[in-house]
Amino acid sequence: MALTGVEIFKLLPKTNCKKCGHPTCLAFAMKLAQRQASLDACPDVSEEAKKILGEASAPPIRPVVFGAGSKSVKMGEETVLFRHEKKFVNPCAIAVEVKDTMDDSEIQKLADSVMHSEIDRVGQKLRVDAILVNNASNDAARFENAVKAVISKAPDVALILATNNPSAAEAAVKLVADKKPILYGADDSNAEAMAGIAKTHKVPLGVTAKGLDALSALTEKIKALGVEDLVIDSGARSAKEILEANTLTRRAAIKKNFKSLGYPVITFAQRDDHMLEALVAMLGIAKYSSIVVVSSIEKWKNLALFTLRQNIYTDPQVPMQVEQKIYKIGEPAADSPFMITTNFSLTYFIVSGEVENSKVPCRLAVMDSEGLSVLTAWAAGKFTASKIAQFIQESGIENEIRKKELIIPGYVAILSGAIEDKLPGWKVTVGPREANGIPAFLKSRA
Amino acid sequence: MAFVAPKETYPGKVFQVGIGTDKQAVFGGENVLTFHSFEGNVPNRALVAYEIQDIPPDDWSETVRKVYEGVSGDPVTWAKYCQDTLKARAIALRLLGTHPDRENRSAEDAIKTVKDVLSAIQVPLIVLGSNHVEKDSSVLVAVSEAAKDKNCIIGKAQEANYKTIAAAAMANNHKLIAMSELDINLSKQLNILVTQMGFDKERLITDPMCSALGYGLEYTYSVMERIRLAALTQNDTTMQPPMLGDVGMYVWKVKETQASEADLPHWGTLEERGIAWETVTAGALIMAGAELLIMRHPKAVEAVEKFVDELM
Ligand code: SF4
Repeated sequence: MALTGVEIFKLLPKTNCKKCGHPTCLAFAMKLAQRQASLDACPDVSEEAKKILGEASAPPIRPVVFGAGSKSVKMGEETVLFRHEKKFVNPCAIAVEVKDTMDDSEIQKLADSVMHSEIDRVGQKLRVDAILVNNASNDAARFENAVKAVISKAPDVALILATNNPSAAEAAVKLVADKKPILYGADDSNAEAMAGIAKTHKVPLGVTAKGLDALSALTEKIKALGVEDLVIDSGARSAKEILEANTLTRRAAIKKNFKSLGYPVITFAQRDDHMLEALVAMLGIAKYSSIVVVSSIEKWKNLALFTLRQNIYTDPQVPMQVEQKIYKIGEPAADSPFMITTNFSLTYFIVSGEVENSKVPCRLAVMDSEGLSVLTAWAAGKFTASKIAQFIQESGIENEIRKKELIIPGYVAILSGAIEDKLPGWKVTVGPREANGIPAFLKSRA
Repeated sequence: MAFVAPKETYPGKVFQVGIGTDKQAVFGGENVLTFHSFEGNVPNRALVAYEIQDIPPDDWSETVRKVYEGVSGDPVTWAKYCQDTLKARAIALRLLGTHPDRENRSAEDAIKTVKDVLSAIQVPLIVLGSNHVEKDSSVLVAVSEAAKDKNCIIGKAQEANYKTIAAAAMANNHKLIAMSELDINLSKQLNILVTQMGFDKERLITDPMCSALGYGLEYTYSVMERIRLAALTQNDTTMQPPMLGDVGMYVWKVKETQASEADLPHWGTLEERGIAWETVTAGALIMAGAELLIMRHPKAVEAVEKFVDELM
């Protein structure tokens, strides 16, 4: 658990020498408690204090990275249980399972579809993050071969090598150690050997045990063997078990600072029924998994899961903004209605949803108002006649439409005259105040 | 250090609500966060109601419209199909045709539809207005009376029209949905206003307003989580009614459930995409705490029911 300012103060030299840039040791301690300063700034702090403070300030869930280069995946570092409290930090990775019992061409096809899974959504690039190669055959040579088949098609994708057979593990990890894969499969029976391989090749280790008791005992044992970059699996497989294990793990780490479970969690969501699999993956994304493993990556499923992950990991404090531009809804013709609103994502979603509802094709100008809704933006001077006029002029829309008519939100009816003054040749029409009035409004004009 | 499971118990609980007469359906009643049965009681499944409407679903997305082809021309046939063939545990009848911009059907028309549907089904009925503030207050009052003692859910009462609708629901022994727009304080305020009229808080259902996956879902998700936490941790009785996710209506109008694969090949097949959109939206709201869901596509409902089986 994080230390308070006073607790930290007790560990400092208490000389008030100011070398840290703060007037007193107490002031510095307060900054440390708020994580607005780094302990390095005090040159005189004792080794013992460093150790205590270092441990206390370590994030409750250890940061672990796997994969190399631009497609490496960062996990852990979460600080809260509920997304409204604070932004969830490192989005849950989606990994697809490849079994080494599949034939090479099948494996290559899957690896290839991972390579081509990237989708752009609201300005973010989203993709399947990793491939889990499962040593289902329990045969070392086949395992190695499957890994080779994967990297022949997907050379830079992050990998998870799943086997509980240390000799298979050793061979496969050696092959791709530079890609920093997770070696998954350390259990009570093979912990020493698996930890040895992870340590030698400097790769994170996936640890599995039945239940959280056994799992925390195992992570302690492996930590003592010198491997600290761990990913944990409590054996939970049903939705009920996953929810319970993930909730208790996250609470133990964050509320109790229980270090033995303070690691990223891997969740196995594979189901024969792919719609159900999407739901179990959803559960992992919403409730605390750092990796969810799925059995297939149909495009429709990827899109739904990527979108969910984006929604869950959005910063609740920063209103999400939509890109400033003129959006086409339906297939607007040159004389279709042209409306304007602000770029607060919720405003955009509600307005565009109602326009879609109306079935009247439209152009919707979304103006950058720093993510504020219409009334707030107007009050804050971000949605004014001159800014609107400038945006419309610079957008080049005049060449695209026949009638120069702009429909503005009813809440800013007051702006209509001023906009007409600043936009010669344009007619401004006042639309409804609330978005749910849009369908009727648009239909009445059609 | 030995592991001690950090289980939590709470002073509050969610009200349990039962609806219908012959074949009752019960939801809510838990004293823990959603499906946290490892630390408390989760007596009931989330209840999924099939959405039907009083007019043919001409503007529904093709994927879901074709499922009801042949039955959706008439609400009674449609309702029976949901109950008998799809094994619906509840039916939500939306009186969309009463909206002044739609068919502008009268309160009398609505009464007839509701009575006909009620006499054709045994499972509970949820009766929803057209979301037109003025029209709803006359239509929902009329249908509340027509369905007297059938223990329906009537909705949705909003800040601008709750008085008449709540009074009618109360006088005729129905449950009531109170809806406000994506703000925990607005939800709380409306629940207080409704109960101040003498409406029993244990007969309320809170609708904090739904949003679809990718279209503001995170707002609904977090408002629901906050409402549920207030109910449990602060024992705030105004926040203890079960919550509704009116999923189908919000999901089946977004681009992801409409755009063809030919136009957007990287989005995959339209049919599964649409179903997944409804499935994942509903599932996420269950994780946030929703106990009652209104949905459209049978395959989405089926996936959600299987998921709830796994959670129980
Ligand atoms: S540098 Fe260290 S000893 Fe000096 S005032 Fe800052 S905290 Fe105190």
